[in-house]
Amino acid sequence: MTDDESSPEGEETGGEGPAESRQRRGFDALFDSDAIMLLALLLGIYAVYVVGGVVIGFPLRGLVNQLGQLTFWIAVFGMGALALNLHWGYTGLFNIGIVGFMATGVYVTAIVSKPVFGSGTSAAEVGGLGLPLFVGIVVGMVAAGLLGLVAALPALRLRADYLAIVTIALSEIVRFTLLSDAVSKGTFGGYTIGLGGGDGVILDFADPHEAFVKALSAPFDLILGTEDYLWEEIYLGVLVDAAGAIIRPNPKPVVDNFFYAALLLIVMGGFYALLRRTGNSPFGRVLKGIREDEDVTNALGKDTNLFKIKSFVVGCALMGLVGILWFGAQGSVTPNTFRPRITFYIWIALIIGGAGSNTGSVIGGAIFAAFLFQGPLYFKNVVETVLGNPEAPASFGAAMAQVGAGDVVPFLLYTLDSLRQLQLVIMGLVLIWLMHNRPQGMLGHRKEIASSIPLSRPSAPAETDDGSVATDGGDPRE
Amino acid sequence: MAASDIYKRGRKLTVDRPVTVFLVALGVLLLAELVRQLLFGQVAVSRVIGVVWVGLMRGLVIGLAGIGLSMTYSILNFANFAHGDYITTGAFSGWSVTYLIAGGFGSRADIGALALVGAGGSVFGGTLGINVAATPVAVVAGLLVAGLTTVVLTLGIDRTVFKPIRGAGGIPLLITSVGVAFALRYLILFVFGSDTRGTTAAGSLPGIRPYIVDGTVLFTAHDLTVIVVAGGLMLGVHLLLQRTKLGKAMRAMSDNESLARITGIPTERVIRSTWIIGGALTGIAGFTFVLWKGTLSFNDGWLLLLLIFAAVILGGIGSIYGAIVGGLAIGLTAEAAVLWIPSGFGRAAAFAVMILILIVRPQGIFSGRSTA
Repeated sequence: MTDDESSPEGEETGGEGPAESRQRRGFDALFDSDAIMLLALLLGIYAVYVVGGVVIGFPLRGLVNQLGQLTFWIAVFGMGALALNLHWGYTGLFNIGIVGFMATGVYVTAIVSKPVFGSGTSAAEVGGLGLPLFVGIVVGMVAAGLLGLVAALPALRLRADYLAIVTIALSEIVRFTLLSDAVSKGTFGGYTIGLGGGDGVILDFADPHEAFVKALSAPFDLILGTEDYLWEEIYLGVLVDAAGAIIRPNPKPVVDNFFYAALLLIVMGGFYALLRRTGNSPFGRVLKGIREDEDVTNALGKDTNLFKIKSFVVGCALMGLVGILWFGAQGSVTPNTFRPRITFYIWIALIIGGAGSNTGSVIGGAIFAAFLFQGPLYFKNVVETVLGNPEAPASFGAAMAQVGAGDVVPFLLYTLDSLRQLQLVIMGLVLIWLMHNRPQGMLGHRKEIASSIPLSRPSAPAETDDGSVATDGGDPRE
Repeated sequence: MAASDIYKRGRKLTVDRPVTVFLVALGVLLLAELVRQLLFGQVAVSRVIGVVWVGLMRGLVIGLAGIGLSMTYSILNFANFAHGDYITTGAFSGWSVTYLIAGGFGSRADIGALALVGAGGSVFGGTLGINVAATPVAVVAGLLVAGLTTVVLTLGIDRTVFKPIRGAGGIPLLITSVGVAFALRYLILFVFGSDTRGTTAAGSLPGIRPYIVDGTVLFTAHDLTVIVVAGGLMLGVHLLLQRTKLGKAMRAMSDNESLARITGIPTERVIRSTWIIGGALTGIAGFTFVLWKGTLSFNDGWLLLLLIFAAVILGGIGSIYGAIVGGLAIGLTAEAAVLWIPSGFGRAAAFAVMILILIVRPQGIFSGRSTA
């Protein structure tokens, strides 16, 4: 369950005969560059969506919106899978309470960054501390990490399946807490804050992307003496106006969607860089050692518990951030959004891509988002439009009654209409199929060089010996 | 002298096992708080008894469903997350039959609506007058069909899904079972719809309402049904595992599968028997649970699953008595917790108990006694 993102091409084949090596190199070269593979996959996905949209004559606005949505989901599931990869892929921690950490992140951010109760025109039930959004995000991440710490301190000693049950129970405890009336509203130090109970909370802080652009424009404002230069002049003045040439009327929501999704892609790049850096560091090597054999790692003098706790806390904080970015731009959240189902979405994404591989995580996130999460709904849209939005039977019974009369069309329509539910059946079947046929995922189990320097001999034309890899420190053998 | 001995032992205990001491102290504190509330009349004695009774009933169902989970967990070595949806499957299949019989096979309502357990509010259990006293045949038939369907389902899923990756280890099997759970649950949703339906006629249900100290407590015929069904099945499983070769073979397998096979135990046959027993108990538990609480929805089993896990872990994985005692303890905790903490945290309290047990005594209460 390992990968090799850092090594120059050819290392994996270093121990093979030249002919075979060359052949494999030719084949691998196509896929050696993870970036190219990823790019090809993304382009393919977008092409499929565009073709689907053109077939049904989607209006341009709808198509663009659809692509923005798709990008958003790819980024969200990519980030989620990357964060989970730190737990499961690197360290072997079986965390199925992801959604609890996401919820913690979102809710704490809401409390910190919502405007103070009673200020402005907000109709929100509860207020917040009114701090800037980036403070809220940081505090939300810290809170998710702290929850992870609380869970990790006792639970990491447990077997993997026990840890699984503890984490999923914890995520449910978080949800019950959010649902509870006991903490839905209260006054602390003059602030009316709370979790909102079953009604959820209204996220009436600034739009994340707007806040981001305005924060970026601070240096420009300082020099030019303007206010929110980037937002007012560049974003609204140039970007939105340019989009207005193609999409009218009111291009701003479309641009907002796209811009936010692109922003998330950049954050996902940050996740990727962080994980790759971690994986190649001595710290990451200890984590992988723990994954392979904790006792041996312990015997080598590493405090494995400490390493596991650190890995867990960092991963949980990242999951908190994913939650914030996912739900933070939606205007409001309710506790029952945070059901364990979301946890399994991210697990499926990671398993598709291959645990242990960062590129795999992103690819898994993209495939999951495009074909399992958005795909069925898009397919449903396309088919329904092609068929001219036919009326589907209201229930399985009604559909079956007509099958009994020899007419299968209503049943097919009912199936199509129920795709939103059936897509979870598809996900379950895909998961089973993967565990049967490719448990390591697409990019899992790649060979990994433990050394930080290349081990292949730079130029060894006469290397036609037994083909063994140097195990003696690399000195030429006689 | 004696006093200093006690002091020394107490001190040693505090140093060696601080968590245990803390838990005992917490328990004493909670009891004292309850007594205080009772004495000052803030909570009625009858309410406490009622809550405890409901908790025990729920606990019996959890324990009954937990036996199957515990057996497969110890023999196949994986936590089966599809177990909750086996419960749901049992409940829906059994209730479909109960509706059909109580509805006179279409004479009192549309037969399709009956078979789909009144999907979309097309027919109500209350209208059909279903309860154990009014329609005993329908209920017993539903009970049997629930068990039978679940056995067939578990065997089928084992053959197609779990058997091919039997040796893959606990975690891949766990992940696979999550896939099974999703597929099953949403297939049920696809067929039966998402509405929560009332299944029984509570009005005509016989019961007694004795006056205890300061109020009445309700005991119904469905409580009695739960006790008879769960108690009888638990006794039966106990005898089966204690008195037959199968029980011995199961114990041997959960200890060491390779050794069991070398000794000549037909391991695959034992696994099949495990699924049959576990599946039957699970399906019947699902049916009984719905009979007792009077509502049915596609989420029921999944919502019960974590409580069942809690019960099984609390009792010790592989132990039948553990599952029963754990079930009672967890059911009681989930219900009675509302006496101390805000309602809505009942299940949270049960999960917290489970997490505490995992930390303090991960092998459970009845550890070291596998499969019996």
